[in-house]
Amino acid sequence: MLIDFFFKLREASIPASITEYLSLLEAMDRGIGDLGVDDFYYLARTSLVKDERHFDRFDQIFGSYFKGREILFDRISPEVPMEWLRKLAERHLSEEEKAQISALGGWEKLMETLRRRLQEQRDRHQGGSKWIGTAGTSPFGAYGYNPEGIRIGQDGSRHRRAVKVWDRRFYRNFDDHLDLDNRSFKVALRRLRKFARECGTIEELDLDGTIHHTARNAGLLDVRMVPERRNAVKVLLFLDTGGSMSDHIKICEELFSAACGEFRHLEYFYFHNCIYESLWRDNDRRHTERTPFAEILRTYTADYKIIFVGDATMSPYEIVYPGGSVEHWNEEAGAIWMQRLLTHYPKAIWLNPEPKRRWPTTPSIDIIRKLMDNRMYPLTPAGIDAGVRELLR
Amino acid sequence: MQDSRFDGTDRYVVTRDLTMAVNAAVTLGRPLLVKGEPGTGKTMLAIEVARALQKPLIEWHVKSTTRAQQGLYEYDAVARLRDSQLGDPKVHDIANYIVRGKLWEAFASDIRPVLLIDEIDKADIEFPNDLLLELDRMEFFVYETRKTVRATTRPIVIITSNNEKELPDAFLRRCFFHYIRFPDADNMRKIVDVHYPGIKQRLLDRALRLFFDLREMPGLKKKPSTSEFLDWIKLLLAEDIPPEALHSEDHKTSVPPLYGALLKNEQDVDLLEQLLFLDRQRDRS
Repeated sequence: MLIDFFFKLREASIPASITEYLSLLEAMDRGIGDLGVDDFYYLARTSLVKDERHFDRFDQIFGSYFKGREILFDRISPEVPMEWLRKLAERHLSEEEKAQISALGGWEKLMETLRRRLQEQRDRHQGGSKWIGTAGTSPFGAYGYNPEGIRIGQDGSRHRRAVKVWDRRFYRNFDDHLDLDNRSFKVALRRLRKFARECGTIEELDLDGTIHHTARNAGLLDVRMVPERRNAVKVLLFLDTGGSMSDHIKICEELFSAACGEFRHLEYFYFHNCIYESLWRDNDRRHTERTPFAEILRTYTADYKIIFVGDATMSPYEIVYPGGSVEHWNEEAGAIWMQRLLTHYPKAIWLNPEPKRRWPTTPSIDIIRKLMDNRMYPLTPAGIDAGVRELLR
Repeated sequence: MQDSRFDGTDRYVVTRDLTMAVNAAVTLGRPLLVKGEPGTGKTMLAIEVARALQKPLIEWHVKSTTRAQQGLYEYDAVARLRDSQLGDPKVHDIANYIVRGKLWEAFASDIRPVLLIDEIDKADIEFPNDLLLELDRMEFFVYETRKTVRATTRPIVIITSNNEKELPDAFLRRCFFHYIRFPDADNMRKIVDVHYPGIKQRLLDRALRLFFDLREMPGLKKKPSTSEFLDWIKLLLAEDIPPEALHSEDHKTSVPPLYGALLKNEQDVDLLEQLLFLDRQRDRS
């Protein structure tokens, strides 16, 4: 049964490995925790998930997988939930009602029904954080208490608290498909910097190394050279502005500022929707000061890495037909200009702020994606990470 | 060897999930990787685990220039060269010039120690990879003396990271992982209680409300953390600020007293003042 759970995690692309699975089993074997569902959840998380960005996904899998199976844990320690239910009901029932209950077959029977009811309710409220619904219909209405008022999710009980822990999904904003601050961009872009350091070509004298090796060499001079550590990566950023990009201004600004902080050789140009025969560097003066396409090719050598940032959402005409541009008459189609650019700069990626699920349904995104040979990535830390890997290949 | 369980200390409040993670790491002798917002007590955790389990604590603070080898040992070739020029007899034994690192120290300890590897993400991206085997088998080979150093007991290794760099998968696979979430108001109350027992409840209530309001403020460059909150409380107590000064309605109209302990950035202070100013304007109209 646990193996199943393990594979479910892997399906959800949580990179849990066999070693980690075995260490979870070992930890359970050594009796860490009391084997309740609560402790099992914590133990599984600490041994299988190594990145807080995956916590949310883990919670969801755990929730759906063990939904309705908490009973498995109850068998290990059957008294506690009973105790808890009793406590819960005692708090909410008047003396008179309690008497009524014993007339109806006593505590045990009532509690069993209540437990089953809770179970059903939880199933119906799949994915929600309040697993006892606000409009819950209770079979216990006759006794005059309402599940709404019980607030089972907030009870101090250890056994139910666990359910709450993953149902609450604390870690939602860490998922790397959502988290969007500048810092995470920087971390994602930093990978590109690492590469640069390794590939630095200029050699300089390694003073420490020379002394070290000379000493090792019993005083005979042994000169050491090291590559200079500096970021040689050159990045050319093409940013889509205006129109549908207005929705994504904030995220693009964050990416832009992160990129400015990370790369010494960073050049950028703006375009609207698609690349045509000229681009501009200043949005206020876009109609007067434009850089011709050919000048870009002349100025920046082919070892520049290209990052397009744009939603690629436009009319397909703007890409494939001459004269398709919404702003001016273009003699040649955008696709041709794109292709010229991509032939000159073999290392290029397209970062798209539109959510990935919308890509297949927007024809223009599809066209751009084909033009880019599929090198389009979502504008999220995970997407940038994948894109940078592609740039480094 | 069975060690007693870690369950927090009189100075350190732990949540159940942290307890589980620590105990798993202690029992199985695997490293525990702790991440979390700055100032949530990652480094303190190691110190308190050592205190609670009564183990010696060995701290290795990692910097951007730290190399993995430094944790094992260093061969001081320059000293040997100098000694050889001076004709020191020590020079014939290379072992005299092997300087032990923190990891060696931990391996050599008779009592099972707690080894803190602090801010592992500060070092080069290859740093964790270079420690894989050493942390896995708890042994390493000294080339100069051709000897293997093996841990007498597996040290309890606690590693902290601020998430500045991704750690390699192979490294993560060998660790237990815990993310210290920012404490909620209840836990924060407990934390203050262990640090400043007997603090006036009204003062604490108001301070907490103010603090969480401040954290909710949109656009803050650096949100105040637990350690900053504790510093602030300390200041409030030292200055004997009455609870009334922190009145929750009041703080809409004036900057909270001693805010310097909470906001460390002049842009944030500006922002706060602007927001308060806007609030005042709205109240007036």
